[in-house]
Amino acid sequence: MRYAILLMGAPYSDQASHSALRFAHALVARGHCLEAVFFYHDGVHNAARLAAPPQDEPHLVDAWAGLANEHRVALQVCIAAALRRGLLDEREAARHGKDGVSVQAPFELTGLGQLVDLGMRCDRLVTFGP
Amino acid sequence: MQDHHHYDSDLLVILRHGPHGSSWLKEGLDAALVAAAFGRRVSLLFMGEGVTALMPCQKKGPLGQKGTAETLEMLEMYDIDSLLVEEQGLSCLGLSSDDLMLEVTSLSPPALARVFAEHRLVLTF
Repeated sequence: MRYAILLMGAPYSDQASHSALRFAHALVARGHCLEAVFFYHDGVHNAARLAAPPQDEPHLVDAWAGLANEHRVALQVCIAAALRRGLLDEREAARHGKDGVSVQAPFELTGLGQLVDLGMRCDRLVTFGP
Repeated sequence: MQDHHHYDSDLLVILRHGPHGSSWLKEGLDAALVAAAFGRRVSLLFMGEGVTALMPCQKKGPLGQKGTAETLEMLEMYDIDSLLVEEQGLSCLGLSSDDLMLEVTSLSPPALARVFAEHRLVLTF
């Protein structure tokens, strides 16, 4: 089946991100297609390039990037939710006159229309939140 | 009509939070508006504390938040006219649908179950 995940929990604050990641790996292991993970609400913090968790904890940001690179899963971050929380890619940083970049590939800033599109296109959209 | 209505929308957006205290309601409404702007038929279901979103006379308060009443007033422009409310959510707060700023359909528990079953895509905020 074709799946998509909607993640709305912040990393390290709620179980949601850990559960979503484990679910994503389970889907792929079962031979399903995971088209995309859409990050919305506080879930956008999963895309924070500068996250530096202690070494004995899972690195969620790197884990999402690994999933994307290994299994061609799109990592789509709601641009409106991201910008107001300080998550900007190179283009948005330049546009807003900021001298730091907090989001990088394979995460991509995109619109909520993508979420609706995923929900309509995929067989299942599974939400993880606090 | 309350128990025999057929909901033929593409998307059900469930709102379970009040207008202040978190951005859940605002971001849930944003998702609904975007879906509608992309031509999807959207139903909104206010559950639990979410029914307080529909209290009249809300203003931009001193809380540093824009609030959501103005967005709700724009729903008609987006052709979102399927507004559903959990009957129990209202009665728990001592409210009735007559107290609300918009016309809504109040749903009993069995009717709620049917609404969930009749929507292919459900987003919960």
